[in-house]
Amino acid sequence: MCRIGAIKSKKYIHPSKALELMRSQQKGHDNSGFAFVMQDLGGIFEKYKDLPTLSMACTDEGMRLAESILHSIGFVRVLQWSPEICNKDGLNIEPMPNYVFEVFQYPKSFKYAPDDEKQELLVDTRLKLRKALEEADEGYVYSFWPDVVMLKEIGDPRDIGTYFNLWHPNSDFTAKIITAQCRQNTNYDIVRYAAHPFFLQGYTALANGENTFYEKNKLFQENLYKGYIGFESDSQCFLYTLHYIHKILKWPLKYYKHTVTPLPYSDIQERQDREVLLRIKASLSNLEINGPNTIIGVTPDGTMFTLCDSKKLRPVVVARTDDMVVISSEVTGANEILPQRNIEDDIYPNEREMVVVDNNLEVERWQQ
Amino acid sequence: MAAVKINQLAVDELPWTIEYDRSKCAMCGKCVAACSFGALKVDVLKIKKTQAKVDEDGFTKEEETWAQPYIKQVVSHTNYCRGCGICKKVCANNAIKPVRNEREVYGTRYRCATGESVKRGGRCNIHTEGRTLDKIKVGRISQMTDPSLDALRHTFDMRTPLGRVMSAENMTFDVKDGNLELKSNMPTNRWIYPIIIGDMSIGALSWRMWEAVAIATAYLNEELGIPIRMCTGEGGIPERLLKSRYLKYMILQIASGHFGWDRIINSMPDMIEDPAGILIKIGQGAKPGDGGLLMAKKVVKHIQEIRGVPKSDLLSPPNHQGLYSIEESVQKMFLSMNAAFKFKVPVAIKVAASSTSVSVYNNLLRDPYNIVGGFFLDGLDGGTGAAHEISLNHTGHPIVSKLRDCYLAAVHQGKQGQIPLWAGGGMGMNGNLAADTFKMICLGANGVFAGRLILQMAGCVGNDFGKCNACNTDLCPVGIATQNPLLVNRLDIDRVAENIVNYFKATDTELKKLLAPVGNSSLPVGRSDALVTVDKNVAERLQIQHVC
Repeated sequence: MCRIGAIKSKKYIHPSKALELMRSQQKGHDNSGFAFVMQDLGGIFEKYKDLPTLSMACTDEGMRLAESILHSIGFVRVLQWSPEICNKDGLNIEPMPNYVFEVFQYPKSFKYAPDDEKQELLVDTRLKLRKALEEADEGYVYSFWPDVVMLKEIGDPRDIGTYFNLWHPNSDFTAKIITAQCRQNTNYDIVRYAAHPFFLQGYTALANGENTFYEKNKLFQENLYKGYIGFESDSQCFLYTLHYIHKILKWPLKYYKHTVTPLPYSDIQERQDREVLLRIKASLSNLEINGPNTIIGVTPDGTMFTLCDSKKLRPVVVARTDDMVVISSEVTGANEILPQRNIEDDIYPNEREMVVVDNNLEVERWQQ
Repeated sequence: MAAVKINQLAVDELPWTIEYDRSKCAMCGKCVAACSFGALKVDVLKIKKTQAKVDEDGFTKEEETWAQPYIKQVVSHTNYCRGCGICKKVCANNAIKPVRNEREVYGTRYRCATGESVKRGGRCNIHTEGRTLDKIKVGRISQMTDPSLDALRHTFDMRTPLGRVMSAENMTFDVKDGNLELKSNMPTNRWIYPIIIGDMSIGALSWRMWEAVAIATAYLNEELGIPIRMCTGEGGIPERLLKSRYLKYMILQIASGHFGWDRIINSMPDMIEDPAGILIKIGQGAKPGDGGLLMAKKVVKHIQEIRGVPKSDLLSPPNHQGLYSIEESVQKMFLSMNAAFKFKVPVAIKVAASSTSVSVYNNLLRDPYNIVGGFFLDGLDGGTGAAHEISLNHTGHPIVSKLRDCYLAAVHQGKQGQIPLWAGGGMGMNGNLAADTFKMICLGANGVFAGRLILQMAGCVGNDFGKCNACNTDLCPVGIATQNPLLVNRLDIDRVAENIVNYFKATDTELKKLLAPVGNSSLPVGRSDALVTVDKNVAERLQIQHVC
């Protein structure tokens, strides 16, 4: 089973925390990769929160291709940073030659553009970069968005941590929100794009389990928005639905739960808002998930949440202190990060619940 | 010497011959009395016995002649054996039974003798290859990574919408205090069971049979919580039912004959419930391109009253006379039916599956009025109470690929689910309605409708290999498809209703037994990844996994 975890902290934290969160949850041969998304960045990226940051793993030729595309669109680089590589013999990792995190200034013509236009430009640019690098087989473009960096790698998570020197905390590479996953999708090829977390326009989602409605999710989503591509993993559907409900339809977040795990008809009939819920159930039946899943999500304003499938066939726990909230697919992860917490405050969400963490780390339990 | 009458119909030319064992026959006459077709009669055999005797005078001949009654098969173009087997059922001594005559030439003889086309009931009787649905298995079973469910312990949401489903972008909501509130009226949706008891009219069915189906429908809803709906067929509906609370379980059908609609419209002020839906029948899978047919023999007094017609052959025109295009039908018929019920009742359309179905469905999906509440596709294995045999055997389109084509056309438009797809025509033909329903749902149907199978639940003795198929004659031997009071009385209403209820109770369990292993607690509409087939052609055509 995939291990998933998320940390939301009042203080900036280093991704070593995410590695620790994941390590204790490992079982057996559960070791094909490690990926994480950092949002609300600190360290060297803290000054550039409004500027798009490109996260990419590529060859030299991939770098050249990407920079030429970005240059032609008018993006100007203001910062480039690469993690320190600590290669050793015997590491189980399949590294790319370059790991690049670059911050760019928007093209001049977008200086006064509304946010919507800038956001679409970033998606268009990322898709263009991805296509170019994919066609040339020269690398992977993970995200191009302000205040976000992302890394996805194939191999043993411990060795990936060692290779990128992530086991040793420092203050340069930090964030207040880190979401992470170990073991990549087992049902499909082990490729970087199939690794959670998935990210689009400020939204992050990661999940464990199996999306048994993958086919109908995918067929429906392919027509909804240009950024809904890839589908290398069935879990990408969870991100696209989140983005669709919250960003495109502009519905309040709780309707994400109503969309992916709609109440049975008989339950809806008992409610005052039955008319709205039945409309959503009918209209977005293709976005329902019916598999065993736990989903963790982050919205652009930094809200973090988790929810489960309607049969509650996957575990998750929310653990917290005053300064940190941890969502972990298994409690051992939370124990590792927050050993001193009051475990009586831990929340094990039920199948009709959505646990939401705001920027003050207040935890709300929304009952569907 | 008698002349050989070579042009006369002979018994070995009939589709069924009677195998009769005179030695077992008690001459009770029950078989003759029970044969509704008049295909048996009591006749007398002249038996002559000659014996040679030897005595002192030499050889002498001794003759004895006597008459013996026996059961004789009638050889006639009209009163011929249909193989229904009622004679066998009533015979205590097992002395008589019909046997299929594989070398029959009845159809040829009938056409030669009468100059008329052959008519019958039932469904297509030519089988050139196996059923597609039987070649498909539910092959994507949850194991380990996504646990199977427990059909007996988990709860399942078995409802599916009937009515136009709006896209999320087209629904207008206000956000108030973090809640969505509907800003404007939306097309009506009804959430119903994914199986509809389909379209058999009073007239085609006996009043007792129709009533039994209606009773079973009400019982399934009210006592067992299985929200099944029944479509009236084009033949009206009893006034008492129109004014009762059970109307909410009935889908009223209107077809090109508009039979019964005078009474429906007159009853509208007295309706205390809205009907479950309106189904505009454009075509029927059993006889595509042909209208409904009710022979005058069956248009008895109560049928005349319900339908508002005189006694005559009732031939619905093959098309709706006032309509000439899809757009116009939307403007005229859908709008007027919606308006008649104050836009509170879903209005759906039923068409015969055809090479053109996708075009029609595509067009309706683009309807800007969002007024079409369901697309019912009827395949060639559908049954009928009466049709020309040439239509039954030689026209039509299989339902499975057509349903899939329509679903994928909607996917192509990004509008899957907006006009719910309902598929019929041979559903449950192999006896298992749950299996067919589940597979069709996985291929993209919101639900299915079944008619012929319901008759079999009631005791219909016909099959798709030439047995009985006499629904058009008013001589139905089991009282299902006749208005003859003597025959109708053979049908036990309560027993029929009980059979139907029990069948659906079993079907509900069996549907869950398919949902559970694929790990789904709600209907997997369009989840074709759950299906596999060993037939490569089927796999390619339906875009499902080929396995071997």
